[in-house]
Amino acid sequence: MKSLILALLFFGAVQAFSAEGLKIGDDAKEFSLKNIDGSIISLANYSGDNGLVVIFTCNHCPFSKAYEDRIIALHKNYAGKGFPVLAINSNDPVTVPEDSFDKMIERSKEKGFPFRYVFDETQSIAKQYGATRTPHVYLLKKQSDNTFKIAYIGAIDDNHSDASSVKETYLSNAIESLIAQKSPIPETTKAIGCSIKWKK
Amino acid sequence: MRIFLIMVVLSSVTAFSQVKTVKLDALTSLLNNDADSVYVINFWATWCKPCIEELPYFEEATSAFAQKNVRVILVSLDSPAELERVLLPFVKKKELKSEILLLDEQNPNEWIDTIEPDWTGSLPATIILRNRIKKRVFLEKQLEKEELFTTIQSMME
Repeated sequence: MKSLILALLFFGAVQAFSAEGLKIGDDAKEFSLKNIDGSIISLANYSGDNGLVVIFTCNHCPFSKAYEDRIIALHKNYAGKGFPVLAINSNDPVTVPEDSFDKMIERSKEKGFPFRYVFDETQSIAKQYGATRTPHVYLLKKQSDNTFKIAYIGAIDDNHSDASSVKETYLSNAIESLIAQKSPIPETTKAIGCSIKWKK
Repeated sequence: MRIFLIMVVLSSVTAFSQVKTVKLDALTSLLNNDADSVYVINFWATWCKPCIEELPYFEEATSAFAQKNVRVILVSLDSPAELERVLLPFVKKKELKSEILLLDEQNPNEWIDTIEPDWTGSLPATIILRNRIKKRVFLEKQLEKEELFTTIQSMME
């Protein structure tokens, strides 16, 4: 009987572990990741902001590339309103050499990224957040006690291939809702993207 | 007559699959079909490296299970605007033999859940089903040959 209970507990723990990632309303997980300028970035770097636009992305993925200019524009629009972008690359550079830290520095220079671009070398942040694809957005809202909660998860908009044909600007709508002290509608969306390349 | 035969032989040697452009409803009727067959439905795109790496296993499945009531369908999520420039040349170059559909829908947020609620949207993703016995498996990852073949075989029992 005892072993059965233990087995059930163990199974429960495994299940809980695999119930992937953060949900709306959860506390944002803390992180400590190396930025392309060598500095270490954590949530504490954003204590003066109203929130944070965390975008799991990378260098090589055609979907990520298609969104680069739109992510730059989002940061330029919303950093001044307290919602800067933080781009996180969690891909394994052994699987995709183009997603190495050095290549992140190169890509950032080429495109003139105005936002921080950090490397999730152990992939633990992508796993804790539940990110599966690039790009994959987690919009964080700062609470009155200075912690951050997840307010929106999903897509940037409804059309990756053609920015001029976008009808639903999900992410900027969600940020605008937070600025207006409202909950985003919808709070979650889905998009097609490249899978995050996990270490083998 | 002889010329006709030569043409048939030639075309069978160089044959590769045609690409049929479809809307979401064609996919949902595939997913809900009540035929007693195993359907292997793989979502992929030419820009997706892990998809290209696993593609040969789906091609092998197409020929290995050809006589066994198994239908392998490759659903491309390439942009329909790039059919002529990207997808068709790829299919021809790789001489793909499996059935290929090109999904012509806009906002993925409106159709991903219709296809599979557990799908977060990353590629590749594969659904293997046999509705007659209410079996359905969803795999959102790159597949190795063994896992693909074992899953197909488990549906045939």
